[in-house]
Amino acid sequence: MTDTPLLKVSGVSKFYGSRIGCKDVSFDLWPGEVLAIVGESGSGKTTLLNCLSTRLMPTAGSVEYRMRDGNFRDLYHMSEAERRFLMRTDWGFVHQNPADGLRMTVSAGANVGERLMAVGDRHYGKIRETASDWLTRVEIGTDRIDDQPRAFSGGMRQRLQIARNLVTGPRLVFMDEPTGGLDVSVQARLLDLVRGLVNDLGLSAIVVTHDLAVARLLSHRMMVMKDGHVIEHGLTDRVLDDPREPYTQLLVSSILQV
Amino acid sequence: MATPLVVSEVFKSFTMHLRDGIKLPVVNDVNFSVASGECVVLGGPSGIGKSSILKMLYGNYAVDAGQILVDHNDRLVDIARADPRTVLDVRRHTLGYVSQFLRTVPRVSALDVVAEPLVARGIAAPEARDKAAELLAKLNLPRELWTLPPATFSGGEQQRVNIARGFITSHRILLLDEPTASLDAVNRRVVVEMIADKKRDGVALLGIFHDEEVREAVADRVLDVSQFSPRKAVAA
Repeated sequence: MTDTPLLKVSGVSKFYGSRIGCKDVSFDLWPGEVLAIVGESGSGKTTLLNCLSTRLMPTAGSVEYRMRDGNFRDLYHMSEAERRFLMRTDWGFVHQNPADGLRMTVSAGANVGERLMAVGDRHYGKIRETASDWLTRVEIGTDRIDDQPRAFSGGMRQRLQIARNLVTGPRLVFMDEPTGGLDVSVQARLLDLVRGLVNDLGLSAIVVTHDLAVARLLSHRMMVMKDGHVIEHGLTDRVLDDPREPYTQLLVSSILQV
Repeated sequence: MATPLVVSEVFKSFTMHLRDGIKLPVVNDVNFSVASGECVVLGGPSGIGKSSILKMLYGNYAVDAGQILVDHNDRLVDIARADPRTVLDVRRHTLGYVSQFLRTVPRVSALDVVAEPLVARGIAAPEARDKAAELLAKLNLPRELWTLPPATFSGGEQQRVNIARGFITSHRILLLDEPTASLDAVNRRVVVEMIADKKRDGVALLGIFHDEEVREAVADRVLDVSQFSPRKAVAA
């Protein structure tokens, strides 16, 4: 076990006027750890994710990230340029709607290659080779490399978005409902793929989902949110098999059995 | 070397918030330990809390009070209070668990399901698969099933995959929740042998076995769980 967390979150709060987005959230994320944030719509999970990934400025609190040189930096005290560089290289962000994370009018290969160019790759042949390798890893035929994502199905677009995010070897990936809007057979394939990639690459990830089955399959640890507050937090199978809070018990008992 | 597993003064109840907050006591004041090379069997009627005890030891159920001390890499860890990351590390290296049912993952083959705990400990995939194949062969799982995901297997076949997965590592403590429940006589005997091998290797085993023949064959002692039952305490 490594002894330094990758991300240290303390007292993060976000208010929209007087309305609470999320309140006083603190936790550490460790290398190789997958954290699921669950809760119903409006519980503040996406607000929290956006605050953690600096897409949104919180009202209070701090988020420190361990850079590749081993030093912790407070994300909200970085310059905009530094933050953007971090997001393009060391982080990934997988949106629920692939159209938000992809460029729909350039080819699949260019979507993957663009992130490589952002970290300084200039050799066209090598970029194309890496892109084609990543398409294979996310189970997209290399004959589709020159097609635009507009011509892809929802499941393929989502897999392409994952390839685009992982190609630079990020250490931390944020995912917002990565399987939302996909039908179940496509979901299963995507989950299996994400699970395998997270294990193989030793990634840390923070996954927002309202689907407890997704949380069980992907995450080590789980945070349950309600009305902007974290009401329960623990090992994923402990929270699901022995929920302690009334709201968590309601969530778990509401799962439909097939 | 410390005793691998020591349980002291453990209390557990469930509070059902959706049922007007009724409190269901499960076990009170559980005390026992399991020595290296020993197989302790939890006895008593259904519903007395045997599986709950195993789940608490594995960190799957929270504990109201008490200690569950596990000797993890020569350091004592209290599972009742350890943070999730420590519990996961204990599961990876020290504490194994064979549940009654296999939780299947779509699209992962039986061979990889069995090999996974070794891969998680950093062993190369081909070597882990060889070991997995060896165990599946020993448990007489038809070879044509090895590359298929176990979701469509019969109960007995799934259980053998589950047993192979639980036995593949050299965990020092192994929890067994009715591992032989849906097996035929031949495979029950294979499992009894595998348990005997684990004992010889100095593993501490704690299990639930309803099958009398298996229990007789593996148990060094039977721990009567009804002594921890809160219902008994009320009657007394």
